[in-house]
Amino acid sequence: MSAPAHTTQPGPDDAADTQAEISRQIADIESEYLDSRESTGHELSSRLDYPPYRSSLLRHPTRAFAKVDPEAIELTSPAFGHRDVSPLEADLTIQHAGEPLGERITIAGRVVDGDGRPVRNQLVEIWQANSAGRYVHKRDQHPAPLDPNFTGAGRCLTDENGNYRFHTIKPGPYPWKNHANAWRPAHVHFSLFGTDFTQRMVTQMYFPGDPLFSLDPIYQSIVDPKSRERLIATYDHDLTTPEWSTGYRWDIVLTGARRTWTEA
Amino acid sequence: MPKLLPTPAQTVGPFFHYALPYERGNELALPGAAETVVLHGTVYDGAGAPVPDALIELWQADENGEAPSPAGALQRDGITFAGYGRCATDAEGRYSFFTRTPGAMDGQQVPFFSLCVFARGLLDRVFTRAYLDPAGVEKDLADVPAERRSTLAVIREQEAPGRERFRFDIRLQGSDETVFLEFSPATASPSDVLEAQN
Repeated sequence: MSAPAHTTQPGPDDAADTQAEISRQIADIESEYLDSRESTGHELSSRLDYPPYRSSLLRHPTRAFAKVDPEAIELTSPAFGHRDVSPLEADLTIQHAGEPLGERITIAGRVVDGDGRPVRNQLVEIWQANSAGRYVHKRDQHPAPLDPNFTGAGRCLTDENGNYRFHTIKPGPYPWKNHANAWRPAHVHFSLFGTDFTQRMVTQMYFPGDPLFSLDPIYQSIVDPKSRERLIATYDHDLTTPEWSTGYRWDIVLTGARRTWTEA
Repeated sequence: MPKLLPTPAQTVGPFFHYALPYERGNELALPGAAETVVLHGTVYDGAGAPVPDALIELWQADENGEAPSPAGALQRDGITFAGYGRCATDAEGRYSFFTRTPGAMDGQQVPFFSLCVFARGLLDRVFTRAYLDPAGVEKDLADVPAERRSTLAVIREQEAPGRERFRFDIRLQGSDETVFLEFSPATASPSDVLEAQN
């Protein structure tokens, strides 16, 4: 079956490879990793150099990072207050005149440091596609409908126990041009601050049981199976509210800027 | 208490523009005010092409070398110096901040801007520092090879007579790749932690 005709010229990131070729590269990298880890330990983070994700080819640093002790400014975090963020910004379903389309969900969890201490009063930002898998962004031109009642961006501050909570719509999977027939698993982007600069992080939360996991080079850039499973939320019936929304719990651990052994 | 394993990072992706940039996010100080300086630059990839979908965050001390602590990083009131800013690169890969010249902290450290770089294609953020002076790089980061020190220092440009601005270009890859930083762990390394749990 032929793909629909594209109206834009292919760019440098429009790799022409098939999913089979990308999947083979993913499998080879994982296989090599699984063979090596008994002697070398476990990787806990994404690889910066991950060729199946084509956009990383020219954008991953190749030189050794300089090891430094963080200075005082790097051991602080920007302070956010309640005048910075309105509580209404945590509900992505009330930003427009009408109700957005799709499966209404609640996402909640805790942000903690590596010792389990809550990260308090810090900013959590999310952004995502709508239920049809389309972003409100001029560069997202795939022909899924835009939802006039959904922008897909929200913010909140963690509370005294490090808790955050958002109400939103479950995002759809969407196509991207990494390779032919590339589709991202449904995900919500998260931006997080810890208690210091070295904990600053952006990541993505995924939904359990997604059939696209094994095919997706961004998700698979975390080569350790147990590490990447940390990005999958848990369906939580206690968070699910009657006649309103299904609930997903996702806790986040921020541990600073240490790199894993692969990049040391 | 057992150490918890970290949540891995993922790329910021291409579509962050309606979520992360915020009004006057790059204005830590009032544009045009006498004490305001401009820090600007271009982000380049390994082929020397500008990166139009990067996001730069700036954290810094104030001119007295104090780490700012007031809330208000997102709601600019024109008075508070929060020491934090955010700027997406434009179509030519450029970013700019209106800010203050950082002072040396604790009377010892040489002054610098702390920068955090996100981009589509970059699977985790990278950190760097923009020093006001190449001598500061040598003093602070003695292990950085001499030929790479210049990637960590601003270039002083004449913005107007008697008024300078700072340029700091960021190269994600290549022979003149910017020196990125790996902060020393405060405690055990993650692999040690995992071993301890097994």
